[in-house]
Amino acid sequence: MKTISKVYTALVFLFLYAPIFVLIIFSFNDSNTMSRSVWSGFSLKWYTRLFEDRMIMEALKNTLIIAVVAAVVATILGTIAAIGINGINNKLARRMMMNLTNLPMVNPEIVTGVSLMLLFVFVAQKMGGLSLGMVSLVLAHITFCLPYVILSVLPKLRQMDSHLYEAAQDLGCNPLRAFFKVVLPEISPGIITGMIMAFTLSIDDFIISYFTSGTTQTLPIYIYSMTRKRISPEINALSTLLFAAVLLLLLIINLRQSREKRLEEGKAVES
Amino acid sequence: MKSKTASVPYGIWVSIFIVVPMILVVIFAFTDKSGNFTLSNIAAVGQYSNVFLRSIWLGAIATAISLLVGYPLAYIISRSGMRAQSVLIMLVMLPMWMNFLLRTYAWMTLLEDNGIINTVIASLGFPKFHMINTAGAVVLGMVYNYIPYMILPLYSVLAKMDHSVIEAAQDLGANQGRVFRKVILPLSMPGVISGITMVFVPAVSTFIISKMLGGGANLLIGDLIDMQFLGSAYNPNLGSAISLVLMVLILICMGIMNQFDDGEERGGGLMI
Repeated sequence: MKTISKVYTALVFLFLYAPIFVLIIFSFNDSNTMSRSVWSGFSLKWYTRLFEDRMIMEALKNTLIIAVVAAVVATILGTIAAIGINGINNKLARRMMMNLTNLPMVNPEIVTGVSLMLLFVFVAQKMGGLSLGMVSLVLAHITFCLPYVILSVLPKLRQMDSHLYEAAQDLGCNPLRAFFKVVLPEISPGIITGMIMAFTLSIDDFIISYFTSGTTQTLPIYIYSMTRKRISPEINALSTLLFAAVLLLLLIINLRQSREKRLEEGKAVES
Repeated sequence: MKSKTASVPYGIWVSIFIVVPMILVVIFAFTDKSGNFTLSNIAAVGQYSNVFLRSIWLGAIATAISLLVGYPLAYIISRSGMRAQSVLIMLVMLPMWMNFLLRTYAWMTLLEDNGIINTVIASLGFPKFHMINTAGAVVLGMVYNYIPYMILPLYSVLAKMDHSVIEAAQDLGANQGRVFRKVILPLSMPGVISGITMVFVPAVSTFIISKMLGGGANLLIGDLIDMQFLGSAYNPNLGSAISLVLMVLILICMGIMNQFDDGEERGGGLMI
């Protein structure tokens, strides 16, 4: 790389990372004041306060419950859907399915959010029961996670040799057994990638949750309400922990991918 | 393995949670509070044309800046060694995984009148510079949050590009500028198009960035929708009408963008 390129790259990354480092540094700041930009010594007190904060812990619990349920349901439903879409031979029907799958990804998130809000409020008015809260949050999160699962499972299904499934059946497996013994192991990397994506997207989502949560607090919604009121450095401590968690998760994904690549290369060498 | 029936549960899910909500938005947009048909909501959107223009204008500036800043970086990354490439791309993606509210909040810390940037400026002996609650701060927030969506598709197109084509152009006597204009830029158009759509759509429809960095004076379409559904001006019918107009507007923009794409190779491969 030439010097100009290096300087340019460094400048862009400075722009990308400066705010994050500022957040992290000030999470260790020992100040009681409102000021977010005066350094007064190292301290871990915002971390201890964070864990004593009932509201934050409650929001964290909700976020994790929603993310786990949404990721699991979206993964199961999305995998079945991918198998179904892969099985559609009619080009038009298949394209329509794909367009519907892509719609929540192309549509502005705020529109998806308000449309789901209308649905939940409408259903609650007409039939009673289900209003905005945990249930609507989980349903909304499953909905926006589904496309990501489908789009990571579909390529694996296309890559797979469909004769394998038939061969398993010829050798005496019933369809279900053939699926679990032959198909599932082949497409499992796609399923796991999809599930991790669904999980992180769900944890991170604010806009759609904002419109479908009612009074239920999730972490991003709580962060939002914090940024509007008096701001406490607890939020910095929280963001530092979240950043570390994301970093760890990304490392795991990356290690998985490089291992997968090595395995594939290994297979290629063997044959 | 062919089993169409497996797509049935998903079909039902999509109908309930994507198709029906969209139909509800349309119904709400064309009815009044008592449920009678009316065009007054759509007509009322016209009052907010200044908000629409501001959103499109700021979104367009943010998209242009992202393209101008992102393109050289994507190019530099695509020309580095294999290991460096994967590390640099990882570094581009990493901030995206941090909650965007927190990232935007960090910019509040930096841009405030007594914030870090102003503290540094003041300590160097320069007068303080008012940055927060301006349209410029909103554009900065948009660029900051969405520039990875520009860099990634550009990178994936540039990295796949056949380097021998560039060498051929050089051998045939084209200088650097000409090689860029005649070879590299046209070949990277699919990435440019998909980057522009991926930055423009969220930038136009944002409502948090404008609230946090723009103060009250820089209202955008997203804020307007938010106000109709969860804010002081509660009116879901008008809110639906604004959402519908926003959706149509974005579809038109994407249609125009796709005209520039000759359809040989769709997108940077990241969307789909």
